Amino acid sequence: MRFEKDSKELKQTYVELLIEYGKKDERICIVEADLMRSAGTMPFSQVFPERTFDVGIAEANMMCVAAGLSYMGKIPFTQTFCVFASRRCLDQIEQSVAYAKQNVKMCGTDPGITTELNGGTHQAMDDLGIMRGIPGMTIFEPVDGAQMRKVFPQIVERYGPCYIRLFRQAPDRIFSDETEFELGKGVVLREGKDVSIFASGVEVSEALRAWEVLKAEGIDAEVINIHTLKPLDEELVIKSVSKTGCAVTAENGSILNGLGSAVSECLAENAPAPVRRIGVRDRLGEIGHLDELKKVMRMSGGDIAAAAKQVMERRIRA
Amino acid sequence: MADYGMLRRKAHEIRTLTLETIGHVGKGHLGGCMSLCEVMSVLYFSQMNVRPEDPQWKHRDRFILSKGHAGPVVYSALALRGYFDREALKSLNELGTSIPSHCDATRTAGVDVTTGSLGQGFSVAVGIALAAKLDREALYVYPIIGDGESQEGLVWEAAMLAGNKGLDNIIGFTDYNNLQIDGHVSEVNGLEPLADKWAAFGWDVHSVDGHDVEEIDQAVSRAKQGGGKPHMIILRTVKGKGISFAENVVTNHSMTISKDVLERELKLLRGEGE
Repeated sequence: MRFEKDSKELKQTYVELLIEYGKKDERICIVEADLMRSAGTMPFSQVFPERTFDVGIAEANMMCVAAGLSYMGKIPFTQTFCVFASRRCLDQIEQSVAYAKQNVKMCGTDPGITTELNGGTHQAMDDLGIMRGIPGMTIFEPVDGAQMRKVFPQIVERYGPCYIRLFRQAPDRIFSDETEFELGKGVVLREGKDVSIFASGVEVSEALRAWEVLKAEGIDAEVINIHTLKPLDEELVIKSVSKTGCAVTAENGSILNGLGSAVSECLAENAPAPVRRIGVRDRLGEIGHLDELKKVMRMSGGDIAAAAKQVMERRIRA
Repeated sequence: MADYGMLRRKAHEIRTLTLETIGHVGKGHLGGCMSLCEVMSVLYFSQMNVRPEDPQWKHRDRFILSKGHAGPVVYSALALRGYFDREALKSLNELGTSIPSHCDATRTAGVDVTTGSLGQGFSVAVGIALAAKLDREALYVYPIIGDGESQEGLVWEAAMLAGNKGLDNIIGFTDYNNLQIDGHVSEVNGLEPLADKWAAFGWDVHSVDGHDVEEIDQAVSRAKQGGGKPHMIILRTVKGKGISFAENVVTNHSMTISKDVLERELKLLRGEGE
């Protein structure tokens, strides 16, 4: 299965939204740590120089300065690579944003293996787990520009911290511009009865490839995009797996504490069923192109399809 | 000119009330509270533009205790200034209290910023100062950092930014009592030359006797003249100041206070001592 690419890089869509909503709402500002050119937010700084705060290469300071702006009623958006957005300022997020109930939106770019040629030191495999552990955090990972555009205003509207996990490049185009999305609600991409596949970010196209492989073998898979990892759409997870009896998760990051864990926890407590998690297994990063890394990390559509067949075998029969 | 006699009396009241507050619980961060009684008196009874009857008043000056563990000295000052009844001080550290050991803006009327993990409050203060400049609010931001806290890298990340941005609406203080949990700051990981460091980061620096309300008050008034640089007032202080069993004692960061010792010490502070 081949996908058309979005006409724009996701970072382009993101900055256009920042500018569009920045014009409507003067509380919106950006706090940067010398990655504006990389994250693509330079155009915002040109339109709103007075609302742009570049602290230089100092992520901890970036996060607390953002918290300070929030204390004064602003809606600051911070940008850096996921690896720094989560690890280098975790304590600052936890205390000065989450505990202090401040309204900081933190964007991480280059999630998981999409870091590609920046290699292992720049790959955030654990950022979802880190962020998921912070009470009150909303975690949103857009699949494509259409989804980003519909959800962005909801992020502005909803008071409280939000982690936006942004694949910078032109993503596979999955959704039409007319599709509606709700922060915190999953999206059924394909209805099916044999196995539930929950996917996020760049793994959504892989999940759809798996659906095609499975369909050719007579297996009717349900494919669901979980764009909001937290709060998880538990209702949809339970509903789907109550029907199919088994689940596969596919995410661009560690299978520890991310989407796979969230879905497993939800099912274990509410509707026990076998689960297989596709994603980076308990290992550190690696350098390479995205398609190569998907193979190395066993995150391709074929891997998801194989996992689907395995969980179907293990279904708990009533 | 400020009434220095009044400021000295207020500092004494803050000291007494803080000892009572911590003593009521029997344990707490006594040392680092006692070194701040005079600056708290100057801020809340002379310099800060605040409205205790309207703690969230938009145009107020902001105070940030970046060394958040000295919460009790702030609560005492706030109670004396009329933010809340001093009865509330008896609930220090109780489950559901409005005055937790470390400052929490979501709980306490008059506390502007939540602090505890060192270095962060100071960096938040820089964000607040930037927002005030953006909004053309003529308010001052008063962060207090500890000397031990000054070993945190985040303090210097924030210092560099404030210096480069010329945030002269920040009037900061360093509580330079030369004690931290593991010993003397100068021995653990010294700060000298501290004034030169701040100057090198683009700050206007002034060093005063941190237990002299007149010197502190004049330094703040002088800082308000502007000058295009953020201001750092280094307070030469004594950790545990004014408390006979705690003054300059290395272990006074957090200490236990028995009822007997508390009663004896309160008598001394009230001038009823032996």
